[in-house]
Amino acid sequence: MTAVATRPPATGQAGPEKRRTSWLLLPAAAVVLVFFFYPLAVILWRSFSEPSFGVGNYLAVLGDEVQIRVMLRTLRTALIITAATLVIAYPYAYAMTLVGRRARTVLTLLVLMPFWTSLMARNFAWYVLEQRGGVIEKALSAIGIDGVVLLGSVAGVTVAMVQVMLPFMVLPLQSSMLSIDRSLLHAAGSLGARRPVAFLRVYVPLSMPGVLAGVSVVFIMSLGFYITPALLGTPQQALVAQVIGTQVNDLLDFAGAGALGTILLVVTLVVLAVLSRVAAPLGTSAAGGADRG
Amino acid sequence: MADNPSISKAAAVRQRSLGWGLRLWVVLVAFVLVAPTLVVIPMSFGAGSTFEFPPKDWSWHWYAEFFTSKQWLAALANSVQVGVLAAALATVLGVAAALALDRMRRGRGVVRQLLMAPMILPGIVVAVAIYGVFLRWQLNGTMLGFVLAHAVLGLPFVLTSVQTSLAGYDPIMEKAAASLGAPRFTTLRKVVLPIIAPGVLSGFVFAFATSFDEVVVALFLQTPAIKTLPVKMYESIVLEIDPTIAAASSLIVVFTTILLFVPAFLRRKEQS
Repeated sequence: MTAVATRPPATGQAGPEKRRTSWLLLPAAAVVLVFFFYPLAVILWRSFSEPSFGVGNYLAVLGDEVQIRVMLRTLRTALIITAATLVIAYPYAYAMTLVGRRARTVLTLLVLMPFWTSLMARNFAWYVLEQRGGVIEKALSAIGIDGVVLLGSVAGVTVAMVQVMLPFMVLPLQSSMLSIDRSLLHAAGSLGARRPVAFLRVYVPLSMPGVLAGVSVVFIMSLGFYITPALLGTPQQALVAQVIGTQVNDLLDFAGAGALGTILLVVTLVVLAVLSRVAAPLGTSAAGGADRG
Repeated sequence: MADNPSISKAAAVRQRSLGWGLRLWVVLVAFVLVAPTLVVIPMSFGAGSTFEFPPKDWSWHWYAEFFTSKQWLAALANSVQVGVLAAALATVLGVAAALALDRMRRGRGVVRQLLMAPMILPGIVVAVAIYGVFLRWQLNGTMLGFVLAHAVLGLPFVLTSVQTSLAGYDPIMEKAAASLGAPRFTTLRKVVLPIIAPGVLSGFVFAFATSFDEVVVALFLQTPAIKTLPVKMYESIVLEIDPTIAAASSLIVVFTTILLFVPAFLRRKEQS
């Protein structure tokens, strides 16, 4: 440390500076490696080695019609949640970029409030709203739709999760939209594009990086969400996370849970890769356009 | 009203006022975001012993229950203790890592991704993995186990928050301090830390809130001897219909709403 006093002559050199501070990474890296990546590696290892070496656990999952159905149901539910969240959040995020600073602060706090208020409190609230004789059933029967009890159904899980996921969609959308130069819309207008056309062909493509970020986050989180399905769903209509939880809780079957978890991770990554492949041309051209604008 | 937002800004605001459709949509979304959570507050003042909304009769009963129940208070105390310790650990690790990352030239992206991974991977997979290893290490159901797991989960928030602060910080300040003869540690303590202090504090608050709210990992690590508040809440729905959860939820909603305003307030101070 004392040798540092002689450092000033060596100004602006990245090399020595880097060597001096990179040790600060070690504690964090060590903790994350030991208490996060090591456990993940262990469960991955167990999925291939228990009860015997090989891909038996994976074949068991992929050969089980029930498991496949759970997987497809999870994918479908996550897609619906992602789509619904995007449709609901897009106009809200767009509005956030139009209003003044004070109103934007209010709209931001409104998004952050559910983000930071207890997940358990919100799941409990949804449990109460969706239960038999709850507010949702009463409201629906008031407009002539009788006997809808969302609690214990995939629909109930979906509705609650859309609300839980909304902030994760709004925030990336908004931060991407804030960087869009609105004069491009005026330019499109002056070139003869009507406002909806200009919006769809100029603004929406420019907002694709935010859409992609929001869609990715919500989709991944929806696939692996445990609490909401466990509380509001039902074992008959289980989602993957519930099955993984049950395997470990009731059966202490870490190998089976590991296999299912690994498949969940792989499916997540594949879907994300496809998603970014599809959206990449849009995203990059949008970014290029924004840079020039 | 006559404070710093300039006249041109005010004009811009007027120019870009929202259409009625968009306005209605914003109000509806705001309602969907906030209203469902607020349901817990009237419920906490209900007199019935079921999850009944809106309640027919009113009472303070569930608050009295919460503050006299050994189990609920123990769960609250555990959550606070785990939260403070985990957030402190995450903050120390996160600040150090952020400082190092800030000076890194190569490999910064990869290292950052690795440290952020706990926020991105599916909660259930993380929980089951940690539970499996902690069972072997006999860390499940221990304070140390909760603190370590929650610190790892809180680290990404500290990292993000401190890195944001560092982005607005000019490294030339350090050179200035050094040229005036300050040893490196003094520079860190007297120059760098005060500048990034708001980011560090927000990071701590975020990490605490993350830990305080965390339930998936806690559900697996819990034992009858030690459980956190969210776990107790989960059980009060699944195992027994215990409306004390409404009082607990209301207290948390009010408390976290206050906490939420701390970083917002600090950021405003930082800007001005």
